[in-house]
Amino acid sequence: MATEYASSGEYIKHHLQNLTYGQLPPGFERHDAHGNVEVLQQATWTFAHGAEEVKAMGFWSINVDSMVFSIGLGLIFLFLFRMAAKKATTGVPAGLQNFVEWVVEFIDSSVRGSFSHQNPLVAPLALTVFMWVFLMNAMDLLPVDWLPYAAAASGIPYMKIVPSTDPNVTFGMSLSIFFLVLYYSVKMKGAGGFFSELAFQPFPKFLFPVNLLLEGVGLIAKPISLALRLFGNMYAGEMIFILIALMFGGGWILALFGGALQWAWAVFHILIITLQAFIFMTLTIVYLDMAHAEHH
Amino acid sequence: MNFNATLIGQSITFIFFVWFCMKFVWPPVMNALETRKKQIADGLAAADRGKHELELAAKKAGDNMRDAKAQAAEVIAQAEKRAAQIIEEAKTAAKEEGDRQLAAAQANIAQETNRARESLREQVAGLAVAGAEKILRREVNAQTHADLLGQLKAEL
Repeated sequence: MATEYASSGEYIKHHLQNLTYGQLPPGFERHDAHGNVEVLQQATWTFAHGAEEVKAMGFWSINVDSMVFSIGLGLIFLFLFRMAAKKATTGVPAGLQNFVEWVVEFIDSSVRGSFSHQNPLVAPLALTVFMWVFLMNAMDLLPVDWLPYAAAASGIPYMKIVPSTDPNVTFGMSLSIFFLVLYYSVKMKGAGGFFSELAFQPFPKFLFPVNLLLEGVGLIAKPISLALRLFGNMYAGEMIFILIALMFGGGWILALFGGALQWAWAVFHILIITLQAFIFMTLTIVYLDMAHAEHH
Repeated sequence: MNFNATLIGQSITFIFFVWFCMKFVWPPVMNALETRKKQIADGLAAADRGKHELELAAKKAGDNMRDAKAQAAEVIAQAEKRAAQIIEEAKTAAKEEGDRQLAAAQANIAQETNRARESLREQVAGLAVAGAEKILRREVNAQTHADLLGQLKAEL
């Protein structure tokens, strides 16, 4: 499978490249596959080919594949759960409702276990986080080449199908949660209370710059670690799938071995994707619980 | 890692999803779960109550049965007593009746005997007189021997 690429390095690079849509600045030199160089006369909105073009597009560009897959998966989750919720009866549950109730009860007991305050937002938030992250991670189980090849066949140059291997996706979630943490910290403790929590502990008050530094780092570390943990795990998992896929180009013995490896890694990954979704959800609940607590 | 506007798009998407879930998914499911929980609790309570009522009813039925048995025994005892009494009365009545009939029969017999004796006496006296008449027709006046005959009649 990797034989169509000039090198395995290029194969890997290609698989780790998002389908990015953005504006290339005027004067940018585009290199196509045949080595031709085209100098852009004016700013051009287009899909990026290669990492350099992505870099040149700057912040105001968008990863179309991440958006499409994450929104699609989110809509699948909401559609299924909404359908079950609309038909929810108090009688004997069956099929979809059974599954949905099982997930909801699992989330509910997790929230009850870790969150000791009253807030109607937390449980639905945890449910959304868990199911969305789980579905996005689950895309990892699809063989790495299927969708990208299908996309390439229909003219789309890049296709990264696991949204949680895009840091934009994980940070998008963790930063939203971070703002919720800040909001509830201020709402529950007041601005002064929140500040004193940051500044007047763990050391005595006269050391408040040290406290502020320590607690500030701890606060900032929350969203960053939350996003990076998920991103790192999924990115590394995807990377290993890609490396295994490289074996398929190396003769039938290696391909057979690669197939076995891919199966084993996929089985192991079933654990990883669930675990990562669960960790993301649990930490979300815990952070929000800390935001509500008067003193920790 | 390069960050771009996807970050913002993802945040908006995430917020929308959470809002939708909070508004349209979580409450109905939780509601159904809570209602079912309550129904189950009610059902269990009703079952308990039913069991309790069953116990009470069984106890009551046992009491009733015991009362009925006692009553029946009493009725039977009374009936037996009454039957014995009736038998006794019947015996007495029968004995009285028998005695009465016996007495009547005896009286009857005595009367008949007397009557037969009277008529016999008449007849014997008649026969004796007739015999005597035949014997004495020729020699004795009936009138002179009338006293004698009367005496004889009384002796018979």
